[in-house]
Amino acid sequence: MDALLIEQLRKVYPNGVEALKGIDLTVREGDFFALLGPNGAGKTTAIGIITSLVTKSSGRIEIFGHDIDREREKAKSLIGVVPQEVNLNMFERNYNTLVNQAGYYGVPPRVARARAEKYLKALHLWDRRDDIARNLSGGMKRRLMIARALVHEPKLLILDEPTAGVDIEIRRSMWDLMRDINASGVTIILTTHYLEEAESLCRNIAIIDEGRIIENDTMANVIGKLQREAFVLTLRERVSEAPALNGYTVRLRNEHEIEVEVAKEQGLNRMFEELSAQSLHVASMRTKTNRLEELFIRLVEGKHQGVAP
Amino acid sequence: MSDLGRTAPEDFAPVGDRPPASLLMINAIGLSTIVKKEVRRVLRIWLQTIVPPAITMTLYFIIFGSLIGRRVGDMEGVPYTTFIAPGLIMMSVITNSFGNVVSSFFSGKLQLHLEEMLVSPLSYVTIVLGYVAGGVVRGVLVGALVTVVAMFFTDIYVVHPLTTLVTVLLTAVIFSVAGLINAIFARTFDDITIIPTFLLTPLTYLGGVFFSISLLSPFWQKVALANPILYMVNAFRYGMLGKSDVDVGTAYAIIVAGVAVMFATALYLLHRGTGIRH
Repeated sequence: MDALLIEQLRKVYPNGVEALKGIDLTVREGDFFALLGPNGAGKTTAIGIITSLVTKSSGRIEIFGHDIDREREKAKSLIGVVPQEVNLNMFERNYNTLVNQAGYYGVPPRVARARAEKYLKALHLWDRRDDIARNLSGGMKRRLMIARALVHEPKLLILDEPTAGVDIEIRRSMWDLMRDINASGVTIILTTHYLEEAESLCRNIAIIDEGRIIENDTMANVIGKLQREAFVLTLRERVSEAPALNGYTVRLRNEHEIEVEVAKEQGLNRMFEELSAQSLHVASMRTKTNRLEELFIRLVEGKHQGVAP
Repeated sequence: MSDLGRTAPEDFAPVGDRPPASLLMINAIGLSTIVKKEVRRVLRIWLQTIVPPAITMTLYFIIFGSLIGRRVGDMEGVPYTTFIAPGLIMMSVITNSFGNVVSSFFSGKLQLHLEEMLVSPLSYVTIVLGYVAGGVVRGVLVGALVTVVAMFFTDIYVVHPLTTLVTVLLTAVIFSVAGLINAIFARTFDDITIIPTFLLTPLTYLGGVFFSISLLSPFWQKVALANPILYMVNAFRYGMLGKSDVDVGTAYAIIVAGVAVMFATALYLLHRGTGIRH
């Protein structure tokens, strides 16, 4: 079943800006789906429309088969959302924030209290239950928003830049958390600036730019579309100029590092053979940039120049 | 996240009942949640919500009642302090029911936590009723406190208890919804002070709180009759003292129409998304 179905979704703001130019999107139940795009691409507008915070100009949206116009309440009760911007009541007790949210979805008070305890414990905020949101750290506020989004036990969880502005340690912990939530059967749609995050977590991906979906495929297929990839090689030997490697583009980074651009059909074996032939030994190797980031840039640039990725 | 240990998928497995399917049930539980939240807010910040109006009204009773009132003598056949008591109670009900909803709803917009309700399946009727209930509770609480204060300065009696109660409740409802409408349009803190300062306060002061309109010239009497607050104050004064400058039936018609118009306006604006959706 489709957790989310979007057909020809358009949004024109009163100032004339067309934020969405008729997008189509399908997210299957149980998926961990990435929605990527630069600032202003239309991601947050799309999420705003799905969650009823933005009015669409035209198009159709279904949540688990329920049309958001015709079956508004049913559709909304299936969604949990963690917005990009912190939107907590800063002066409310954290425990009450969850109990209230459950109440807004019609969860009876006894069950709401049990769920508030469960999710505050799961998100490691139970010992801060009597505190107010204002006194929490940035990472804790994000976790409280995730707990709040889960308290009515939605089938579709939308996370809009959930790790924006949090440090690497917190981000990694939140990745584990999101994997667990998805493994428990909740469909997740994730928007993020961190392409590494999407590559690590998501099975399917859509890339949105200037209000249009420019790529929508499995993560594996999208990564597979990369025609060239750049590697940084650290050499044991000191070199004063970039070694010539037949068929490869090589650039000297410093006296121990070179950068080699490898086309998909070339492979790496011949590169190592040529380096060995020149008595150069590779101590370590890494990709120059995140692969998805590379692809993203090429897709966006390619779209403007009519070039394939 | 040093304090975030590992979780497991089982931590997020659904427990307890699924959300009730009935829309009526969702809205009933939702309404009770909003009311509890709003009442908790009023009581949590009682130093801002309950105490200041009681102090202000005490000052009114001391200055206008005891000091100046003694020189005024009787008005409409009752001592001046007794005459102004219903007006001052209504004034506190009006300003507090309005102020409660405008500040609570606007702070929800400003801090964005209003989105908690907007993304939920709650109907707009439920959201309006929840906020209005909070405004009514504060208005009535403050009104009751001012009544107790008034008892220290004059004899308080109630001629028509039901009229008194219904008038105070309906007036609190009207101004709670008015506060909500103000908050819907408001974009800045200035926007939530303009209406109380430039509209509500003058209309309340000129609405027969401190005087009977029989003191005015015929022309200004006609002007005063265009002020809806005059009808609320007089309906309430009729309930307490059995005296009114206006026909009580007309007053009730205006009050009931006011409730209907305010509710319809608030619901229309929320459905349109004014001030809450892009």
